[in-house]
Amino acid sequence: MRRSTKRYLRQGGLYAVLAAVVIFLAVSVDWGNVHRNFWTPGLGDNWHDLILTGVKNTAIYTVISFALGLALALLLALMKLSDVLVYRWIATVYIELFRGLPALITILFMAFAVPIAFQWHAPGGTAGAGVIGLVMVAGAYMAETLRAGLQAVPKGQTEAARSLGMGPVATHVHVIIPQAFRIIIPPLTNEFVLLIKDTSLLSIVGAAVGQRELTNVSRDFLSSGSTAGTGTSLAQAALLYLIITLPLTRLVAWLEKRQQRAR
Amino acid sequence: MSAMTAAIHVSKLHKYFGKNEVLKGIDFQVDPGQVVCVVGPSGSGKSTLLRCVNRLEEPTSGQILVEGIDITDPETDLDSVRTRIGMVFQQFNLFPHMTVLQNLCIAQRTVKKRSKAEAIEVARRNLAKVGLSEKEGAFPAHLSGGQQQRVAIARALSMDPDMMLFDEPTSALDPELVGDVLDIMKQLAAEGMTMMVVTHEMGFAREVGDKLVFMDGGVIVEEGDPREVLANPRHERTQAFLSKVL
Ligand SMILES: Nc1ncnc2c1ncn2[C@@H]1O[C@H](COP(=O)(O)OP(=O)(O)OP(=O)(O)O)[C@@H](O)[C@H]1O
Ligand SMILES: [Mg+2]
Repeated sequence: MRRSTKRYLRQGGLYAVLAAVVIFLAVSVDWGNVHRNFWTPGLGDNWHDLILTGVKNTAIYTVISFALGLALALLLALMKLSDVLVYRWIATVYIELFRGLPALITILFMAFAVPIAFQWHAPGGTAGAGVIGLVMVAGAYMAETLRAGLQAVPKGQTEAARSLGMGPVATHVHVIIPQAFRIIIPPLTNEFVLLIKDTSLLSIVGAAVGQRELTNVSRDFLSSGSTAGTGTSLAQAALLYLIITLPLTRLVAWLEKRQQRAR
Repeated sequence: MSAMTAAIHVSKLHKYFGKNEVLKGIDFQVDPGQVVCVVGPSGSGKSTLLRCVNRLEEPTSGQILVEGIDITDPETDLDSVRTRIGMVFQQFNLFPHMTVLQNLCIAQRTVKKRSKAEAIEVARRNLAKVGLSEKEGAFPAHLSGGQQQRVAIARALSMDPDMMLFDEPTSALDPELVGDVLDIMKQLAAEGMTMMVVTHEMGFAREVGDKLVFMDGGVIVEEGDPREVLANPRHERTQAFLSKVL
């Protein structure tokens, strides 16, 4: 047999297996049931309002966690690169701790245990406390990214700035940090996408109606309204997540490729 | 000896990297307005010596006076001394995220606290001096190596330094771009700038240098008038080195 014939046969075989699986699913699955569960129309009047609130809150929680997480991460990264041993040590312990824990544990701690233990009322109640938990986790993850970015800036840059008389703070603010951020834009955008998805963890801590994010809102509809008992609301939430995250993941891929070309 | 304070006065300078002694007791002096060229084989400690002068490297022991100020004294305000010492690196080290003009302004603004208008005026004057006025809006990546090095010189000059340190400023350049950079350095020397230049350009040392310092193995082997040393090296090691590079 010629080699091209062999390859032709092998590909034909793979297509045949695929076709068999598709046919099997098509005849054995109760499609009516699937459709009812994932896409029953008529989620009720207030669905649109609530889902919009959910999207809005997801966006707000993501942006807050990202912005505050980034500030925390910058502090941790600078501490980790500091000459002061104790600072390095504190940063390392923090980063290892909050990367080692499941994010959900941290969120639950902040929402329920910490407020009671420390007599503390988070702004925004339980939801606010949960967001702070997310900030703490995001900070730990982004700290490592930032540290790598800061270290990737060539030593000559610091030397040039210092030789001009610029102090360590001015050198960091004007020379090192701006270049570090350029280097880590792709991984940071990636962290942003992860955070969008991680805000769904906040659905667990319970929140006032106006504070609920996308997952929380759609979960409420699992047991209420005309579609109760079906997964329709979840399916629609899933679609909304994808509409937001997929373009961003493509953006990350594009940024990475552009950066590789620039190198 | 003249009564005026030396621009740079180094005595008994030792520098270790770990257990490796790179500078083994250096004594020398640069007078105001003097151009001192430092030559020697690779690894002899030329860069380390230069970098000790503005304390990019920490001397292990010994004393370095810059215009009479002891920069090895922990009490000395290093940043303020550094504004008086311009430094030019082999790899240019321009800030890639800033335009040429921003490169020239940033330290003027943050260190000298000059107004934006004043910083720009000084920057433009120095850009004109290195013949790159039309490049003020360009980013470093869009300039040739020679142009980048000229911008780096203009950046250092924008701080109005009293002296300039050059660490092999032309070694990373294509041969046809070396001349432009050397011309600017010659012009600076002619204007009376105090300069300490680590270089492999023996022609420059002969033509412009007031003093030639030959280093090998972390010590100064020989120093003197460049024309003299280049024509009649007294030490064997100097002879061996020069026979290779000339
Ligand atoms: N940061 C450092 N850490 C450890 N060793 C170093 C460091 N910088 C320089 N050295 C060592 O010190 C010695 C002198 O280095 P230096 O760069 O001063 O030499 P040089 O005369 O400038 O050489 P070249 O002509 O190659 O630039 C070399 O052996 C080098 O390996
Ligand atoms: Mg060197």
